[in-house]
Amino acid sequence: MDGKSRDKLFACIGALSFVMDDLRIYLDTHPRDQEALDYWKKVEKVRNEAVKEYTKCYGPINMYDVDVDDRWTWAEGPWPWEGRC
Amino acid sequence: MWSYEKRLQYPVKITQCNPRLAQVIISQFGGPDGELAASQRYLSQRYTMSNPKVAGLLTDIGTEEMAHMEMVCAIVHQLTRDLTPQQIMEGGFEKYYVDHTLGLWPQSAGGVPFTATFFQSKGDPITDLVEDMAAEQKARTTYDNILRLVHDQEVCEPIKFLRQREINHFQRFGEALRMIQDDLDCRNFYAFNPSFKSDLVK
Repeated sequence: MDGKSRDKLFACIGALSFVMDDLRIYLDTHPRDQEALDYWKKVEKVRNEAVKEYTKCYGPINMYDVDVDDRWTWAEGPWPWEGRC
Repeated sequence: MWSYEKRLQYPVKITQCNPRLAQVIISQFGGPDGELAASQRYLSQRYTMSNPKVAGLLTDIGTEEMAHMEMVCAIVHQLTRDLTPQQIMEGGFEKYYVDHTLGLWPQSAGGVPFTATFFQSKGDPITDLVEDMAAEQKARTTYDNILRLVHDQEVCEPIKFLRQREINHFQRFGEALRMIQDDLDCRNFYAFNPSFKSDLVK
């Protein structure tokens, strides 16, 4: 995959995560809203797939997902605050 | 971006209240060598840490410090939970109680409010890492001071865990300092600030 599809996948994870951030606080105060619960399930599934794909191709976003093969890849740059990923 | 895990890094289960001890331990929440200062110190410093591995270490240790802050708060909370007005007076807790009831508020044992002046973010890797190593030692000393006053095993165990983490962090920061120095002129580590671009082009 080229840089463009990486950016696209990364942006997709950002958007899906934000949907879940906002849904999370809504569900904290509306724990039985079935429509919101169904939406959560739907988004969660897509996000999991996107994160899995991104992690496999470009490295870990979440420290529990670090794929340990020949080296520890977690602390390899760039870091998010550098504005490069 | 951060996400929260619904667990403590090490369990805190205290059954005996002790408001006097809580006022001492609260220093590791909002005091000069406390966990709030530690987390903000490392998480503020990481932006200008030139070596990406060390920037990662600051992120991970800074994150762990937030979990330690949570443990310290859990200890203070469980030591002051359900206090009666009589226990508040007998435990010398009335001055804290009058402003915060039984809520958690970052202050030192002496009542000094948390302030960002408890830590420094200097934008120079050697300066910052030396501060970080000193900070871990100061926190370790504070936990030693606390442990001399604690006789309750339920309080002792999580405090001992936190003390040990200061030692591990000190070791890691020492290694980070060596990694930074490996990239510099060993005859003059302080010739320039590796995080300040204008110095590098000289």
